[in-house]
Formats: sequence, structure tokens, C-alpha cells
Amino acid sequence: MVHSNRENGVSSGRIAPADVQANFSDLHPAYDEHEALVAADRCYFCHDAPCMTACPTSIDIPLFIRQIATGTPEAAAKTILDQNILGGMCARVCPTETLCEEVCVREVAEGKPVEIGRLQRFATDTLMAKGVHPFVRAAETGKQIAVVGAGPSGLACAHRLAMLGHNVVVFEALSKGGGLNEFGIAAYKSTNDFAQKELDWLLSIGGIEIRYDQPLGKSVTLDGLQDDFDAVFLGMGLTAVNALRLDGEDKTNVTDAVDFIADLRQASDLTALPVGRRVVVIGGGMTAIDAGVQAKLLGAEDVTIVYRRGQEAMAASQFEQDLARQKGVTLICNATPVGIEGNGSLTAVTFAYTETRDGKLETLDETFTLPADQLFKAIGQKLGDTPDGLTLDGGKIAVNDAQKTNLANVWAGGDCASGGDDLTVTAVAEGRDAAMDIHATLTGAS
Amino acid sequence: MADLTSNFLGIKSPNPFWLASAPPTDKEYNVRRAFEAGWGGVVWKTLGAEGPPVVNVNGPRYGAIHGADRRLLGLNNIELITDRPLEVNLEEMTRVKKDYPDHALIASVMVPCEEDEWKRIIPRIAETGCDGFELNFGCPHGMAERGMGSAVGQVPEYIEMVTRWCKEATDLPVIVKLTPNITNILLPAQAAKDGGADAVSLINTINSITNVNLDAMAPEPMIDGKGTHGGYCGPAVKPIALNMVAEIARNPGTHGLPISGIGGVTTWRDAAEFMALGAGNVQVCTAAMTYGFKVVQEMISGLSQWMDEKGYTSIEEVVGRAVPNVTDWQYLNLNHVTKARIDQDACIQCGRCYAACEDTSHQAISMSEDRVFDVKDDECVACNLCVNVCPVEGCITMETIAPGAMDERTGTVVKEDYANWTTHPNNPSATAAE
Repeated sequence: MVHSNRENGVSSGRIAPADVQANFSDLHPAYDEHEALVAADRCYFCHDAPCMTACPTSIDIPLFIRQIATGTPEAAAKTILDQNILGGMCARVCPTETLCEEVCVREVAEGKPVEIGRLQRFATDTLMAKGVHPFVRAAETGKQIAVVGAGPSGLACAHRLAMLGHNVVVFEALSKGGGLNEFGIAAYKSTNDFAQKELDWLLSIGGIEIRYDQPLGKSVTLDGLQDDFDAVFLGMGLTAVNALRLDGEDKTNVTDAVDFIADLRQASDLTALPVGRRVVVIGGGMTAIDAGVQAKLLGAEDVTIVYRRGQEAMAASQFEQDLARQKGVTLICNATPVGIEGNGSLTAVTFAYTETRDGKLETLDETFTLPADQLFKAIGQKLGDTPDGLTLDGGKIAVNDAQKTNLANVWAGGDCASGGDDLTVTAVAEGRDAAMDIHATLTGAS
Repeated sequence: MADLTSNFLGIKSPNPFWLASAPPTDKEYNVRRAFEAGWGGVVWKTLGAEGPPVVNVNGPRYGAIHGADRRLLGLNNIELITDRPLEVNLEEMTRVKKDYPDHALIASVMVPCEEDEWKRIIPRIAETGCDGFELNFGCPHGMAERGMGSAVGQVPEYIEMVTRWCKEATDLPVIVKLTPNITNILLPAQAAKDGGADAVSLINTINSITNVNLDAMAPEPMIDGKGTHGGYCGPAVKPIALNMVAEIARNPGTHGLPISGIGGVTTWRDAAEFMALGAGNVQVCTAAMTYGFKVVQEMISGLSQWMDEKGYTSIEEVVGRAVPNVTDWQYLNLNHVTKARIDQDACIQCGRCYAACEDTSHQAISMSEDRVFDVKDDECVACNLCVNVCPVEGCITMETIAPGAMDERTGTVVKEDYANWTTHPNNPSATAAE
């Protein structure tokens, strides 16, 4: 049944199922072979390439693009995966516009970069479609390593350790792996259950066991893992969310954007997913954009993202902001929520304008009210309960350059660890680097 | 994983990719970095006789031809042999070879055509520990005016004579580098073989003027208002080089003579093609000069992947594999009939195939009012021009007409048996078919 998208409240079926399907198709459709060759041809094979420097995992981008250009996308995939085992997902979700493609010499010169992300996807998809896993394990070392969290950093760490001959047990809090690849990220960036397929493909190297429903601090403890394993890697991400600290936050249809995104990713039928007529999202990062855009794509009539600071301070990239506007989402900056209205159910959100004076954000007297059936909070995630003894830094687990924590034989990486942006690609780099340091520590290798 | 290890004339290298004698191999600094980048071997920039070294021009040394998006397709140079003292080069070669014993280091040599000159310098260079010699009978500019380089390579008797002197002067392998600036490559190749050469390498650069400065009315590269022909190389010369390599590989007199293939090798595929036509290894210059030493990484990964896919486990299995299929025109099967086929799903309706066929070939493609292009089988001679001008790879292909089916152009049934020009009724000197 199709409801009107002008019906108040939170309901499913606001637009025709076919439109929902179309709205959630691939944001950047895969290249066909001819397109890939044409795109690859634009790469200049720069020396000491800026794109490669900009990549947190330091993928040899000029080399892999040349390998595509010479008809060997499988070799290209190997070049990518050597550095980034989740190169397939990163090709889909990396904000390339602020990383490799931003510094591509053709972006700088012509405003039109080599489309590195899509080329990376072409290469990795080609290899994965062949069911090939291009790495083999080194001889077994007999070392056992515990990885906490089957998200990007944990998986990257586990794969690298398995490749080096260690045995890995991954303790995942949820009943499904993938972390934010599976539960975060807009659905139109990871279609066709890619996160799960990539996880299965990654595990095919062998030597990695995932134990699900094993949250740290409940089923397993860090002390226990330290006793039972030669090393521990913590990659459990940010499991808590920030609160607005406003009255009315408990009203019906006031929820965390991350939960909405996770529900959306896990929904077997997007057309059955309810969404408000008028949706307000509070926040200025990728999560806010992902929630706002997807609410719009599900059929919300009005979606407004409200951010408390100026546009220049938004964590969401310009590309993401443009995408939101293009999909019909309104972005309002310099406004902070001061009231959540409604009697039981949400009806409106009141905001006060803000101004930054001398670097300090000040709330002004002038306010405005947005009618709303649904409010998503996207004001940041934070570390959940952490085991005793871990030193924190800025609300995250403190690590050194090699991802080592202050505790003996405990490393950490990804969003839960200090340093680096909270990006999939950064998490992969940190998981991989931790694995190399664990390997060096356990085997005495350098 | 395929084994890319190369054994050329007993000279081992980690892979068959050598840097050709040229500016990239002019000094220790470059060669060390080349080896670190993955090159299997180098032919050191040509050494000349002792004494004051040659001098180079102080203006531009290179000219170029560019394709779309300024892709460098052909490079032309007027640089001479090394302009550094012989002793400096020898010291550097000694040091490099000592530090890279598993990589190939070949000395390229060019001295005047006098026996004592060659016999004096060859043993001296051998003291560096180099793995062999390459006699530069190829460079077509500058040195040729002094009776060296291609001036020798264009006279088979000189090639044979100098090669023999060198073979008498050393036990190390001697490779003779040939110039393509000659009408029949078999004559110099045969001369090298007769002189005792262990191998030939080809092609050296081709006499060329890449372009003319229409304001100054002088060829480029222009030195103070004048220009001179240079040596042309790069991707543009590959077809010429492939043919010359194939001719030497299939000619009964020179068949089996090891060949080091040179000429526009830019990707793994180029290398595989040279090797399929008989080259035991390849030498590269322009690709490195265009993209840097790192470009060899693609050559290595690509060749390795292709060999794995084809089930080839060693370089030897590839070398010469296509040679039996290089033949004379007169032996091509005239009963083999193909027709162009346009994949309408892939067609982007640009009409280039139509223009090419209608204006310059056989009027065998039709065009409808709504821009659908179709092949007229009764006109198509299967020339392949439409395939070549189509911008979409794989959109137009050639379909073989099965024996027994009708060739609508000739109105005859396609025959199963092989028949060539030597037995064709239109051939006045045809021999009767058995």
C-alpha cells in the first residue's frame, strides 16, 4: 500500500516501492570494462604521487591504475589489497573527494580528477567476482591472537595476522560481522550485501575464527583475553552516542541516527521501513548526511539537517553536502536545538541561532521551530565502557605510532583508538599496522 | 606463480626486463636505482674510446610525437654515446656489478672500425665484471657521421668483421645491436651471426624528424635555428621492431640466433609480444624515460599474471611461440572467410565505421535514418577497417564464416580446405594442387 508522503507521523510506504528501489541503487555505479579503460587512461602515473600520499593505507594508486590500463585488473586488485584488504569497501565509501581524488594532479589542474575510487572498485570487484583470494598464509607460528570487534580495523588486523601465520579469534559483540561496513554507511554506498560478501571473502584466507555475540566486558574480559592469548587487539569502535541533554529527548520518534542507519542496512525490505513526513537531523558529520539523505530517499517530504556551527566546520565533505542538497535535503547551519516539542510524540524541534565569537560558540536569543515527526541525533559517538587500566587520550584509547596501548600485549585501532580520522580506510590502516607490530613483537621480526 | 627468471646467453637476471643502453643507464646513480626499482638488467650507456669523451649539444636533445591527452607516442633524440670519461664509467660499472651480482650488466661499446681499437677496449671493459658486450652498430645520428654506429650497421661486411674481432678479444657473450635504417634486416643479422655473435639486439632508433618549427622553419629539436635528424623510438616504433625481430626469428639462416627485443616496449603485453616473436628478453628505454623506473613493476606483474593464466611456467616457454605462425602472404589461406559484425548493444552510433567503409573501402555498411549501422555481407570483404576505427573496443568483431555456408559477396560456398596464392588459378605461376 502506498501512503501519501504528506501523511503526518512515521510510516512506511510513502513512495512507490519501485522508487525506493531506484533511490537506493548504487550511488556510483560500477564501471564496465570500457569505462574503466578510458578512466584509467587519464592517469599520468605521477612520480611520488600525491594520491598515494593522501591515502591513509598508502595504496600504490598509479601502479594499480596502470595495471587496469594494461588489462590486468586482477594484478591491480592485488596491488590494492596488499595495502588495504578492505579495498573493495573503501572503494565504495572512502570520501575520495577529500583524500586521493582531492590531490590528484588532474583535479588540481582541471577540476576533474582521475576517478580513483571507481577504478579501485573495478579492480577489486573483478578479482572478487572470480572468487579469488590472492593471499596465502605463511607457515603457522603457533601464536594465538584475540581481536575484539569484527569491524574494519579488527578484520584488517585479523587478516594480516592470519597471513603472517598466526591464529586469530575475533570476538564480535553483535551477531553479525563487518562493524560499520555492515551497520553504518548509507545503503546506496554498499549495495547487494557487499559488506557480508567481503567479510566472507576476507575469511577465506583461513586461520581466523569469529565468535559472535561476545561483547567485551560481558562475555569476555580484557584480563581473560590477555591470559589466554599471546596478544590482544582492540577494535570495538565507538559503541556509545552523545546525548543532546534536552528535555523531551525520550519522546517517541526521537532516536539516534546510527540506529536508523543500522536498521536501514539490516532491513530485508526497505519499502517496509517507516520514516517521518518531516524529519529533522541534528549534526554535521557523515552520519547526519547519511541519515538525512536516506530519510529523504525513503519518502520523507521534508528533511532538514541542522548543524550548530558554520558550514566550513561541518565534518561532512563538500561532496556529501552537495549530495544531500541534490537529493532535496535542506541544510541549516548556525543553529542549536533548545526544545523538543510534542505531547508524547514529537511534533517539532525548536532551535536557537548561534554565532561564533572569538572562537567560542554562543547561543543567541532568536529561535525558530521546525515541525517534525521524527528527529535523528547525529552529534557524535563515543567510546563505550572500557576495561580498567587502559590509558585514554581525548576520550579514546591512547596508542603510540604502532597502535600499541599502555597495557602489555594490547594494541588498539580504528575509531576506538586515538589518532587518525574516523574513516573506514583509517581503521584498516591502523588494524594492519597493529598486526605488523604484533607480529614483530611476537616473533622478534622487524 | 610463473618464474620470470631470465637466462639470456647464460646471463641470468631476475626478469627479462633490461634497460637499454641510453640515458637511463648512463651512470651508477641511475643504474643502482633501476635495479632497486626492479629492472632485471641494464645495458650501460655506450662506452667510447679512451681519450677526450664526446661532447653533446647544449640545446634540446629530444623531440616528441604526442597522442591524445599528450600521451608520448614517439621520442626522437640526438644525444651521443656517453660523454663521461671511460675510466669513470668502468669504475662505476665495477662497483655496481659487485653489489648486484644477480642482475645483468652489459657493456655497450662503440669505437672506430679498427681492429686494435676494439681489441684494446674489450678486455679492459671485461675487467669490470660485466656479463657481456653489446656492439652499438645502431645509433643513426652524430656518431654515424664519424663512421660509427649505424654507419657500421648498414654494411654487413663491417658487422661481421668487427664482431669477429670482438669474439677474438673476449669469452663473454657478444650481442650485436642492429640498426633498422636498412632495407633488409636479415643481411646485418646474418653478418652478425657469421661473425660469431652470440645474439642480436634490435631495433636501434630510426632516422627521423619529429616535427618542424613553422615559425623558425627548422626541424625540432632545434639548436640555434638548425636541426638534424635524430633517432626515433617509443611506442610508435614497436610494429617496425616486431617485424624485424620476427623476420630474423623465422628466416632459416638466422633462426635460432638469440634476440634481445627492443622498440617501444611499454607494458607487459609489448614484452610478451616481442618474446612470442622470438626475443629471449626485452630492452626498454622510452617507457622508463616517460614514466620513471617504477614502470617495470607493471611489466613484471602483468607478465606474471598472463603467464599464470596461460599456464606458462617459464620465459623459455613463451619465447618464439608465435614464430611458426609468421608466414609469407602467399601462404595465407584464401579460403578463410570472415565478415564484420556490429554489436548493436555496444554501438554508440558515432558512424565512424560507416564513414570509413563508405568513403574509403567497400561500401559494406548501411546506415538507417535512426543511425543504426549494419554490415552488408554481400559487400563486406572483411578488411577490418571498421574494427580498427571503431572507438568502442569489442563493438565490431570479425566472424568466421563456417565452411559450407554461403559467402554472400562472392556467391560461393565457403570451402573447408586450405588454399593459398601459390595454387590459385589467377596466379600465372601457380603450381597445380596435388
